[in-house]
Amino acid sequence: MRTTTTIRMSLISLKRNPTRTMLTMLGIIIGIAAVITMMEIGNGSKTSIRTSIEKMGANSVMVMPGSMRPPGGARVGAGNAVSLIPADAEAIGNECPSVGAYSPVVRGSGIHVVFGNVDWEPGNIYGIAPAYLDIRAWEIADGRAFTNAEVDANARVCLVGSTIVKEVFGGMSPLGCELRIGEVTFEVVGVLKSKGANMMGMDEDDCVFTPWTTLRMRVTGLRYGNATNTSSTIADSPGSKFAISGLALYPEPDSRITRDHLFYAKHTQLNQIIFSAVSVDKIKDATREVSQLLRKRHRLKTEQEDDFRVFNSSDFMNMLNQTSTLMTNLLLGVALLSLLVGGVGIMNIMLVSVTERTREIGLRMAVGARSRDILKQFLIESVVLCLSGGIIGILAGHGMSLLIEKIARWPIESSPGAVAAAVLVSASVGILFGFYPAWKASRLDPIEALRYE
Amino acid sequence: MGKLIELKDIYKTYFLGEIDVPVLKGITLDIAHGEYVALMGASGSGKSTLMNILGCLDRPTSGDYLLEGEELGRASGDRRAMIRNRKIGFVFQNFNLLPRTSALENVIMPLNYTNNSLSRSECRKRGLAALEQVGIADRAGHHPSQLSGGQQQRVAIARALINRPPLLFADEPTGNLDSRTSVEVMEMFSKLNAEGITVILVTHSEEIANYAKRTIHVSDGTVISGAFKSKGA
Ligand SMILES: Nc1ncnc2c1ncn2[C@@H]1O[C@H](COP(=O)(O)OP(=O)(O)OP(=O)(O)O)[C@@H](O)[C@H]1O
Ligand SMILES: [Mg+2]
Repeated sequence: MRTTTTIRMSLISLKRNPTRTMLTMLGIIIGIAAVITMMEIGNGSKTSIRTSIEKMGANSVMVMPGSMRPPGGARVGAGNAVSLIPADAEAIGNECPSVGAYSPVVRGSGIHVVFGNVDWEPGNIYGIAPAYLDIRAWEIADGRAFTNAEVDANARVCLVGSTIVKEVFGGMSPLGCELRIGEVTFEVVGVLKSKGANMMGMDEDDCVFTPWTTLRMRVTGLRYGNATNTSSTIADSPGSKFAISGLALYPEPDSRITRDHLFYAKHTQLNQIIFSAVSVDKIKDATREVSQLLRKRHRLKTEQEDDFRVFNSSDFMNMLNQTSTLMTNLLLGVALLSLLVGGVGIMNIMLVSVTERTREIGLRMAVGARSRDILKQFLIESVVLCLSGGIIGILAGHGMSLLIEKIARWPIESSPGAVAAAVLVSASVGILFGFYPAWKASRLDPIEALRYE
Repeated sequence: MGKLIELKDIYKTYFLGEIDVPVLKGITLDIAHGEYVALMGASGSGKSTLMNILGCLDRPTSGDYLLEGEELGRASGDRRAMIRNRKIGFVFQNFNLLPRTSALENVIMPLNYTNNSLSRSECRKRGLAALEQVGIADRAGHHPSQLSGGQQQRVAIARALINRPPLLFADEPTGNLDSRTSVEVMEMFSKLNAEGITVILVTHSEEIANYAKRTIHVSDGTVISGAFKSKGA
């Protein structure tokens, strides 16, 4: 018997009982829809994690002060005082062979920027060295980055992100404008390319970058006089300390600061040191070298734990991926369970169908159908049933994930592999659970089947 | 003319748990090509059982069934299915049409199981020709529930004829029909027999049996007369 004829026949017999067909397929539909939704969400989050990590800088590594110990845990030695200082950053750059570029990072929190009559609190105000931009693969859209010389000189120059351009400067080019950061006036020398939201959903473009020296010594120092080291803030050049907003003091008279001034900054605390490994496969080496170096520099004894934390992007990505893989697998398990239940439903209805159509089977045998023709007919019917359910499930699952993308704003990514797998799985469910009823049908005796009431 | 069917000492016993029910007790008979045979006997004498064995629907408990010299009682299921498909047309008392399926679809259904390369349109053409042959081509699209008993039986006959079998079996084909319709159906069998098809039918009616050229009487599982073609017939 030709397969096309059989498929046509089974479609007819399924159409004959639409309600029952729908109810029978429901388990498969739900199972497949769940699989598709899970896969699309899983893929979407994996991709967004990857792009976030790439935004972070593919081979960047961050060092932050503090131990991994939860707060309140007993701490030995080191204490939580200054743990990362500019000299650490310099040592990382000079003494670790696997480290490429590095930059100290100082964060200014709760500081407002003012331009004209706009007062804005940026999401991030960072004090950095120019290398930071290279490490994070962050490009300049307009203007220029500041230089190492300007870092050394505590220059009052800054870079702004695209959100700042929009919100503070009303979309016009801010180059050359004077932006007040806290109490200090800076000249905007560059605009950063837009990066979009990071993996936590925070807008990365809502940022202002200044030389880390300037931020630490002139802005944050002025506001809350760094507790860890007084000399770093107070012993700064008096002129800069009271550099008042409004006047264009650039280039400021005391910008020719010598290295001596950095001496005062030496014990100031850094919020972070960011560095890049010389290549992606050297990330592990670089991380190890930096940990050893910092332990030595901080004079930690072997039994003492680190007073700093090192994050590299690949570890971070693995961690996030692990979580999302776990979730995906868990839900995939649920989906498979639902497919199993759906398959049992299929088997049940196929058995009913075989019983109901016993006379038909007898008649088909009487006019020449062989056992295998009957087997094939019912097997194809069950596969068609499951495949139809599977296709509806694929559409429903895709619709579901589109809805989730729209409502919950989760990233989704359609997965041709999952669609292929869904088709394969539903056909297999049809064969697996349709086989027993079809086999039963094929074993019927024509005479008894014809006599069946 | 050569023998078409040879039955040698056919026994059929149903085994119902403890008790054995012997139904056919040693049936031996011959049927030649082109014969028109009526099978008669009391109710429960085993006529239907015998017909089912002849139609390859059922297997004898013992004995030989040769169709054109080929032993079929012990042949494989697939072989018997092939014989049912190509060589035998079977007409049932209760028509046995597929419900909610058009007359034409019912008629061409056996072609699904015929190993040939007929396209779907060729199948339909052949089905229409068969319906034409039994005189209800105008009802090709009707479902069995929309047809009278006589029309349904014609559809069933058309189905039996679709593969142009040399043999046509009918178990009480007029059992569910009124006398006028019965006459029509019987005339059709006569016509088919005249065209060369061997017809074997079961009936309780002498009138119907009179259409046949030979009558076999069965009683309590044995043939009591007409087992072999009489010289005069
Ligand atoms: N499946 C079966 N199991 C047990 N006994 C059976 C079975 N089929 C038929 N019989 C018995 O075989 C005997 C013959 O039945 P059969 O149907 O051949 O009679 P028949 O001659 O066709 O009768 P009728 O003229 O009423 O159709 C009956 O006694 C019946 O009870
Ligand atoms: Mg009978």
